[in-house]
Amino acid sequence: MPENEILLEVKNLKMWFPITQGIIFQRHIGDIKAVDGISFYIRRGETLGLVGESGCGKSTTGRAILQLYRPTAGDVYFEGKNLCKLKGEELRRMRRKMQMIFQDPYASLNPRMTVGDIIGEPLEVHNIMKGKELRERVMELLEIVGLNRYFINRYPHEFSGGQRQRIGVARALAVQPDFIVCDEPISALDVSIQAQIINLLEELQAKFHLTYLFIAHDLSVVRHISDRVAVMYLGKIVELTTRDKLYSDARHPYTQALLSAVPIPDPVVEEKRKRIILVGDVPSPANPPKGCHFHTRCALKIEGTCDVVEPEFKDIGGEHWVACHRVA
Amino acid sequence: MGTLLQVKGLKTQFFTQDGVVNAVNGIDFDLNEGETLGIVGESGCGKSVSVLSLMRLIPSPPGRIVGGEAWFQGRDLLKMSEEEIRSVRGNKIAMIFQDPMTSLNPVLTINQQVSEALELHLGMDKRQARKRTIELLEMVRIPDAANRVDDYPHQFSGGMRQRVMIAMGLSCNPQLLIADEPTTALDVTIQAQIIDLVKQLKKEIGMAVIWITHDLGVVAGLADRVNVMYAGYIVESADVKDMYADPRHPYTLGLLGSIPRLDAERKAKLTPIEGLPPDLIDMPPGCPFAPRCRYAIDRCLEENPKLETVARRHSVACWVDVTGGKR
Ligand SMILES: Nc1ncnc2c1ncn2[C@@H]1O[C@H](COP(=O)(O)OP(=O)(O)OP(=O)(O)O)[C@@H](O)[C@H]1O
Ligand SMILES: Nc1ncnc2c1ncn2[C@@H]1O[C@H](COP(=O)(O)OP(=O)(O)OP(=O)(O)O)[C@@H](O)[C@H]1O
Ligand code: SF4
Ligand SMILES: [Mg+2]
Ligand SMILES: [Mg+2]
Repeated sequence: MPENEILLEVKNLKMWFPITQGIIFQRHIGDIKAVDGISFYIRRGETLGLVGESGCGKSTTGRAILQLYRPTAGDVYFEGKNLCKLKGEELRRMRRKMQMIFQDPYASLNPRMTVGDIIGEPLEVHNIMKGKELRERVMELLEIVGLNRYFINRYPHEFSGGQRQRIGVARALAVQPDFIVCDEPISALDVSIQAQIINLLEELQAKFHLTYLFIAHDLSVVRHISDRVAVMYLGKIVELTTRDKLYSDARHPYTQALLSAVPIPDPVVEEKRKRIILVGDVPSPANPPKGCHFHTRCALKIEGTCDVVEPEFKDIGGEHWVACHRVA
Repeated sequence: MGTLLQVKGLKTQFFTQDGVVNAVNGIDFDLNEGETLGIVGESGCGKSVSVLSLMRLIPSPPGRIVGGEAWFQGRDLLKMSEEEIRSVRGNKIAMIFQDPMTSLNPVLTINQQVSEALELHLGMDKRQARKRTIELLEMVRIPDAANRVDDYPHQFSGGMRQRVMIAMGLSCNPQLLIADEPTTALDVTIQAQIIDLVKQLKKEIGMAVIWITHDLGVVAGLADRVNVMYAGYIVESADVKDMYADPRHPYTLGLLGSIPRLDAERKAKLTPIEGLPPDLIDMPPGCPFAPRCRYAIDRCLEENPKLETVARRHSVACWVDVTGGKR
């Protein structure tokens, strides 16, 4: 395996949801531009973090990559194959290599299925194994995620949030995927449990050479776990860079505001910090502002440019991309 | 600075079918005038129940305040008549909650809701109340307040609704504002707006604040003092800088070690607290943290340590001195 192999490449991906009106005759009156033209790649074995505020399109991005939604436009290359063009059996086979872990460990596990059935299901669906072999594999998976192999006959409600999230991880690992979309895998958990899951994901990545797209709104967590981080705002990626540069050399005004808003658990540091307080709220993705989507809240906007021309998502060198007219 | 609130031995239980839930197990703390107290701890540790008990808002049945005192301006809140405590609530003590949508009435305009409190508590007439409502909305930085005052809650964003709740809370110039996870459901940039606002208002009005959160970062930036709660007990209490520079309880240490810091230079491995919090119906004897504690000694499993002073304005409930010695 080459060191810098690109596993996944997303090109100008768009995912729009139609807004319709009328009960019998549904008229198409507009679109929610949940994801509105984003491009990035992920190397094999890498973790790319995706952060941004509620509704900016993070989950939609993850789902569109996995073809759980068929994208409105754009391409998603996985191991060189364009997933957007695949159908039927071919797509199903590729899907085996890509899994998802969800935010809510309560809602995402079927309460009427045993832990064994939940974890084993993808193996059965893909006709990989059954019977005794399957049971043995499920027990092994339970141990891999730090649970007792004899939990196999229990039901989800018998477990805590953190344990349920481990079950979700075991299920995702069952088919030996290369790539996992982790959609806010720790947001619903208590602080003392979050670290357990973060460490587990890191250990599994090293052990099985996994590639992650790690989605979260908590920038501290994302920076901790990621090699590179993409910052999203209203359907666009505004900045993408390495974990170190994200903190030391953020260029986009939105990234800067976001960073300054994250509380740091140290009163001495907090006392000295300058906050960039953003005014107003995020506009609706059904009707995003013209030009730069962020211009309505940006303190640095250039009148006549930022509100008219969309800034290009530019490579400024050194693994750093920014979409801002202020950044040359 | 005088003492505004003094809580002694507060104990609240829920009598459920499954057994008695020991939600708050005899907590003591003081709050000075104008001071901000942060209460931190994970889900279910008794943060909400302790402040709801002070306000006498515990649903009964199944809940009951089974003991304690809460002295506020020379009166025990827990001994007041229903009528007296009602006049304290929303007046001298204001409270805001996590989800502003459930605390606002969806069928009344913002003006109708804020004005009601002003008319009720301060005896204003409709015109005065409306004028004051607009002032309050301006104070919490709602743009175009004079027009937005006749909007319904659903026409406001989450952050704006929370600001309205703060405006309502402040309408009667309270001496104490209790905020129960008021920013947990909000995005960080909106959270920063709200925290910034509360800090400024505190300067302007001089009220004391109790801020409940599970976010150690928020507390670091906002509080003067911190109480760390675990399984219905206060396990550590200190001035904010001491709490972070010199944490003394293994649980506090564990919490600080398990959160990544945005400003961390290099990727440090997180040290999670293994295991789970205890079942509050079936509490282990001894220290409630003992089953998860890396420092635990035999005594921890048998005897529950009391909160004791270990340094100036710094108290801890632990048998072990995590700084080295043995207590
Ligand atoms: N199936 C759908 N149909 C219509 N609109 C949708 C659908 N899924 C998402 N949206 C809208 O698309 C936008 C982006 O949603 P998405 O769930 O991707 O955001 P997110 O960044 O994951 O937010 P959060 O942090 O709250 O999870 C939102 O405005 C959302 O309401
Ligand atoms: N009405 C009730 N009936 C039974 N038990 C209750 C009731 N309300 C609270 N409890 C229990 O009391 C304990 C303390 O709850 P409390 O709401 O104070 O937790 P908290 O620290 O505020 O948690 P969170 O961070 O989740 O808000 C919990 O174990 C909870 O299950
Ligand atoms: S008393 Fe013992 S068990 Fe409890 S926290 Fe201290 S060291 Fe741990
Ligand atoms: Mg999402
Ligand atoms: Mg609570």
